[in-house]
Amino acid sequence: MNIIFRRRVVNSLVLGLSGLAAAFGLFMLTWILGDVAIKGAGAINWQFFTELPAPPGMEGGGLANAIVGTLLMTGTAALIAVPFGVLAGTYLAEFGYNTVLGRIARFISDILVSAPSIVIGVFVYLVMVKPMHNFSGWAGACSLAIIMLPVVSRTTEEMLKLVAPEMREAALALGAPYWKMMTGVIYRAASTGIFTGVILAVARVAGETAPLLFTALNSPYWMHSMNEPMANLTVVLFNYAMSPYDDWHRLAWGAALLITMAVLVLNILTRLLLSRKRRTS
Amino acid sequence: MYSLSGEAEGGAPETTINTGVGDDPVKLSVRNLNFFYGDKQALFNNTLDIAANRVTAFIGPSGCGKSTHIRTYNRMYSLYKGFRAEGEIIMDGINVLDPKVPALKLRHQIGMIFQKPTPFPMSVMDNIAYGLRLHNSFSDSEIEGRVEKALRDSALWNEVESKLHQPGTALSGGQQQRLCIARALAIEPKVILMDEPCSALDPIATGKIEELIDEMKYRFTIVIVTHNMQQAARVSDYTAYMYLGKLIEFGLTSDIFTNPGSKQTEDYISGRFG
Amino acid sequence: MNDSKQNLWGDLVFRGLTATFAAGIALLFIALLAELWHESRPAIDQFGFSFLTSHEWNPVTVKFGALIPIVGTLVSTILALLFAVPLSLGIALFLAELAPHWLRAPFGTAIELLAAIPSIVYGMWGLFVLSPLLADHVQPWLQKFSGGLPFFAGPTMGIGMLTAGLVLTLMIIPFIASVSRDVFLMVPTHLKEAAYGMGCTTWEVVRDIMIPYGKKGIAGAVFLGMGRALGETMAVTFVIGNAYHLSWSLFAPGNSIASTLANEFTEADGTVYLASLIELGLVLFLITFIVLGLAQIWLRKGQSGGGR
Repeated sequence: MNIIFRRRVVNSLVLGLSGLAAAFGLFMLTWILGDVAIKGAGAINWQFFTELPAPPGMEGGGLANAIVGTLLMTGTAALIAVPFGVLAGTYLAEFGYNTVLGRIARFISDILVSAPSIVIGVFVYLVMVKPMHNFSGWAGACSLAIIMLPVVSRTTEEMLKLVAPEMREAALALGAPYWKMMTGVIYRAASTGIFTGVILAVARVAGETAPLLFTALNSPYWMHSMNEPMANLTVVLFNYAMSPYDDWHRLAWGAALLITMAVLVLNILTRLLLSRKRRTS
Repeated sequence: MYSLSGEAEGGAPETTINTGVGDDPVKLSVRNLNFFYGDKQALFNNTLDIAANRVTAFIGPSGCGKSTHIRTYNRMYSLYKGFRAEGEIIMDGINVLDPKVPALKLRHQIGMIFQKPTPFPMSVMDNIAYGLRLHNSFSDSEIEGRVEKALRDSALWNEVESKLHQPGTALSGGQQQRLCIARALAIEPKVILMDEPCSALDPIATGKIEELIDEMKYRFTIVIVTHNMQQAARVSDYTAYMYLGKLIEFGLTSDIFTNPGSKQTEDYISGRFG
Repeated sequence: MNDSKQNLWGDLVFRGLTATFAAGIALLFIALLAELWHESRPAIDQFGFSFLTSHEWNPVTVKFGALIPIVGTLVSTILALLFAVPLSLGIALFLAELAPHWLRAPFGTAIELLAAIPSIVYGMWGLFVLSPLLADHVQPWLQKFSGGLPFFAGPTMGIGMLTAGLVLTLMIIPFIASVSRDVFLMVPTHLKEAAYGMGCTTWEVVRDIMIPYGKKGIAGAVFLGMGRALGETMAVTFVIGNAYHLSWSLFAPGNSIASTLANEFTEADGTVYLASLIELGLVLFLITFIVLGLAQIWLRKGQSGGGR
């Protein structure tokens, strides 16, 4: 009887601790998001979205150029990474399930997904910024693209694998060549999933700072082309937060709120898309 | 009546009882078909004739090779690495298994319906037009005409006439399977292979498809795999019984079910095993 | 006949195209390594192996050693793992076995949202919210309570190795927790039922059945979190203090490889300085490659039927 009592006590203890851990996680999430919301809300106003940054020490100003810069570089990165990643993921799903190339590419993709983004920034600096002798939006976009690439590739692979093999066989049985089957039928069937992967990749890089530190740098002005240092929300956040000016701190919280909201909305969007897809298939 | 004796693995002599197709013209001649998954052999020296404009059913316990067998007719196995077939399947004077025969041409003439209905992610109209657009460049009105004909031939026209532009997935399970049949019929193949087409459907939908098969056979040659013996007895003219990759008995359905030549066939049909 | 020839070409082109891009990923990786190696040669040639053991970092005398950043990276990561692993496993257990069914999906989503928060936001929150809290309340208490342990010595500034470790903890919890939850969920129901049927408590089923079954997967999850922590830049740079300083105290400021790069890369002048920084990047890349590679191997083994 004593032993059974002891076992039950230990059990309750462990389960209690586990519940506490879960509560801790939830608490931290609420605390951080709450702080960002409260401190950032004060900075979000019309000025924030439309004005250029004020000189150091002066009040006011906004982050309009940084918002545009982030959008431009993220968009360009997506234009590069999506075709690359979808095609690579197609190889992994359709032809590379057991080939040497397939296994290597898959392994490397999985590692690159979690690789230190600052090292990727250094790499792009060495191959683009140094030879070109200037920081640029292009370099920033390229480093973001490299980070997006393995995410798009692996999600494409997983989503293509989810399409029923019978659908492939049905199209082939009608006499379709392999490539027509893929482009006409299979991509359409997996389109929601692949689109979700793209959104996830975008959400991932929208908040990245390190790869932009030595590629796009930052700029207090409007951009005229992609071939010059480009303002962006994350590096601005970094610079402003580390500065001694209170007003810049205020703007930094605003930027933090904006980025966090954008990323959370994108993530929730993907969940909705995926659950709707699951219900109709 | 003639018997073929073959050696089975392990040396014990096995007899295939094959009563042939009599006077019926032959559409497909299968001779000494052997099939391998990598090193493992799945079909052993299958030899039989498929009669034109008739329904031939393949029956046998799970894993006996009946699906594997009919999937060699349209070289569906070439999709997977390490699968290979040996032997001959002659259709209209050409050996279908010969790699020099382009698979695409082959699949134009041999259509296939699968166990799970697989409507493509597009509208009903586009689903059926898919095969048509692959092989021809018809005008839009020509395509509409052929789609309607295919839908009428699959007894689906009345039910989907107003839904042509809705996605194929909006139809019920039985309708989806008839959609797949219409899609296969649209390109006017000569032979239609059906791999357990009704096993995912309810009895009413199954009945409708069996009626369809009865009408279709006057214009096509149909080969159907089924694990439902009563279905085989209902719809087919000829039946092949397979076990462990070998053809045990082949003949008129009426003969096989009332007076089977082989004891193995008799045991399976009377439910003593399988 | 023309039709099928064209289609045959189409298939070859399609396959070739997709294979090219898949190979592109592998080539990108090789290019990364090659470029880092090539550009760090000036530093490698000058310092050789002592680069890894020297704690000097002097742009004026052009003497560089990676010991401080490496130690900083490792210490902050180990701290983070110490806190994060038990918490994550607790959360994973809760999500997999204990939570009522209606709670599992939303709560799982909440944990995954923690992973979505950009690291720079964690860093900023760490600097503006956590550091003052630590400086004013936690650190003095720790100092008093530990009675002078060297780990808690020194001025209580709020930023430093401990803060960096804590912020990293928050960042890697969602990764370890969600992967571990997936590992727990993959334990076959019949195994668990067999144990419950013998009268085991929930904890005993976890301890004796689920953890041993999933131990490779859990190791993979932990190493995945570790890989992330090693390479994390922004969360750490805000709070680690950016000081070239080796000390036993967790309250002291320090540096990690990533924060060194973040702070000094654009200021570096001189070939050897830049090359030393790049060599730091190479070291970080190699360490994370090994850790993440092991994580992948264990995760794959853990998925194909139980860790045995």
